[in-house]
Amino acid sequence: MRYGTTASACAALIRRDLVLTWRRRGDALNPAMFAMIVVVMFPLALGPEPNQLARIAAGILLVAILLAGMLALDNLFRSDHEDGTLEQLVLSPHPLSLLLASRIIVHWLTTALPLIVVAPLLAEMLHLPRSVLPVLLVALALATPLLSLLGAVCVALTVGMRRSGMLLALLVLPLYVPVLIFAAGACNAAQAGLPFLAPLLWLGAALALALVLAPMACAAALRISIT
Amino acid sequence: MNTLTLWFHQFGSPPIFHRVTARLSPWLYASATLIGFIGLYGGLVLAPADYQQSDAYRIIFVHVPCAWMSLFAYFFMAINAFIALVWRIKISEILAMASAPIGAVFTAITLATGSIWGKPMWGTWWTWDARLTSELVLLFLYVGVIGLYNAIEDRRQAARAAAFLALVGIVNVPIVHFSVTWWNTLHQGSTVRLLGPSRIDSSMLWPLLLLALATHVWFFASVFARARVSLLELESGKDWARSAVLGPGAAHD
Amino acid sequence: MVHVEGETPVPLLHARGLSYARNDESIFGPLDFMLHRGEVVLIEGDNGSGKTTLLKVLSGLLEPATGNILLDGEELTLARLSHQVALMGHLPGLKSDLSAIENLDFTIGVFGLRPGITPALALASVGLEGYEDVAIRQLSAGQKKRVALARLLLVPAALWLLDEPYANLDKEGIDLVNRLLDAHARRGGAALITSHGAYAFTTGAPRRLPLRSVA
Repeated sequence: MRYGTTASACAALIRRDLVLTWRRRGDALNPAMFAMIVVVMFPLALGPEPNQLARIAAGILLVAILLAGMLALDNLFRSDHEDGTLEQLVLSPHPLSLLLASRIIVHWLTTALPLIVVAPLLAEMLHLPRSVLPVLLVALALATPLLSLLGAVCVALTVGMRRSGMLLALLVLPLYVPVLIFAAGACNAAQAGLPFLAPLLWLGAALALALVLAPMACAAALRISIT
Repeated sequence: MNTLTLWFHQFGSPPIFHRVTARLSPWLYASATLIGFIGLYGGLVLAPADYQQSDAYRIIFVHVPCAWMSLFAYFFMAINAFIALVWRIKISEILAMASAPIGAVFTAITLATGSIWGKPMWGTWWTWDARLTSELVLLFLYVGVIGLYNAIEDRRQAARAAAFLALVGIVNVPIVHFSVTWWNTLHQGSTVRLLGPSRIDSSMLWPLLLLALATHVWFFASVFARARVSLLELESGKDWARSAVLGPGAAHD
Repeated sequence: MVHVEGETPVPLLHARGLSYARNDESIFGPLDFMLHRGEVVLIEGDNGSGKTTLLKVLSGLLEPATGNILLDGEELTLARLSHQVALMGHLPGLKSDLSAIENLDFTIGVFGLRPGITPALALASVGLEGYEDVAIRQLSAGQKKRVALARLLLVPAALWLLDEPYANLDKEGIDLVNRLLDAHARRGGAALITSHGAYAFTTGAPRRLPLRSVA
């Protein structure tokens, strides 16, 4: 008997998810497209004046990417729930939190990473000062995994609900507020020439904590809602 | 079994809970109303006008107790949520879910009175003050718990999911408050504090404390009333529920 | 070989006082029964009598309201699920964008592999030789069921919990399920299946476990 080890189970899950994303690679660009649409709307609404846009560019970008990420959260567990594979994952004798952590990592790689790649282009469209861009990218690199992890807990609570979009947004918002505040705070501080390290460190600390706690909370929430 | 555990077990029994709270409720409502009136009289009539804000400040007699209640209700909900998740006690599930709407209303009143106070103070109906913003996020937390509870069909599973959410939320409340306070200092705009300097005259203090007491009592009266109804709904198939509603001797057919 | 004469073996599955309730309505129970290696048991009951729920409780997916489950003498809980149990539910449990063989490879990665069989062999045993690289999306309901059965053959689980294994299958498919059940029993495994209709088993009638709704 060769029983699967936990490491091989996580590896198999990661491999499966990457292949699945590749098979539907068109869909993977959707969050980036959505963020771009949101970003385009702001100059149309506020006027193209570069200085005015530059002042609020970081905030607009972060909100756009946050909204895009929120939309992408919905399919974290949906298809697995619908074809019965989620049930099989819960049944596996491996720690569910580790399996879910693998799932969340791949989800972040395939939805948030394209957003981060597209961010410099969007920043340019909004006349974000070049000096702020590195800070923005670091803030995104810390904030987006945090959003995926926190969002996953809320998605686990609403798994299987047919029209859970609005409810999910409602559940996720209070968790996102501190993340948004610190990420935007870092960018705005950098833009004003003030020290910006502290909020980034807070984000980093929160991410480290979330990496450990969120998968466990996600597993607990999933066990409650899958019954 | 010591008396505390015995009391805990007894209180956790649905028929006993139903009987005890049915007897308590009228007293709780009556005393809350009485204390409330005395406090309001003290605050609105007896207390002198503030030298800075004249009579406009009097809204704090409603605003502050409601703000305290909005947080107290959340703690009450969270404690019951914890008991419900760990020990699966039905009464705790019901109490947790019953306190959510009450807490939400207190939060809404806090926001509304805060907004009304803001108008004569700063000329705007809304200000992104640290406390008001935190209260707004708290309102979203409450609405989220209520929404999740109503979205799941199985009542006990719904209560467990919403209880889990409430616990996640309570970890989040201090984090949100901390981040919003930091955010407020970053953007130097609204450094005005809603409550003014910490020293408050004793003629203003006692009505405030009385009203705080009144709102606490009112909270318990309301949460017990709601919990009783939920309990009857949940246990509608059981004999004790039928005889409690239809009168003794209602046979189960 | 099932058990040696004169010895009472530890049952593979032992359910004691098992019951489950939802919204305070009892779904089933209390139940007491044992399942030994080599046995196939049919759970009978009307629609809504809780057959699916019972299987989910036995797999560890749901926590029972009362009672406990012993698997090979050890307690089975949600916290300690076992390699020994495989559940096949209504849904195929397969990703429709992946091919049959990719799905089976994933299963092996998570659940392990029974010695002496490979994914290709398993697919051949269920009559899907040549369909290895076809996406699940493109298969019929009956073929998807067969892939799910192939999955069962690959995992090292001794206890099979099958919910409506005959659904979506033609006469050939039904015979296939019965043959697989027999082979599994002869290998020392055990199976608990639910079914609406009573289908003939190749080795005679199985032991039946009636599940009536508790009033």
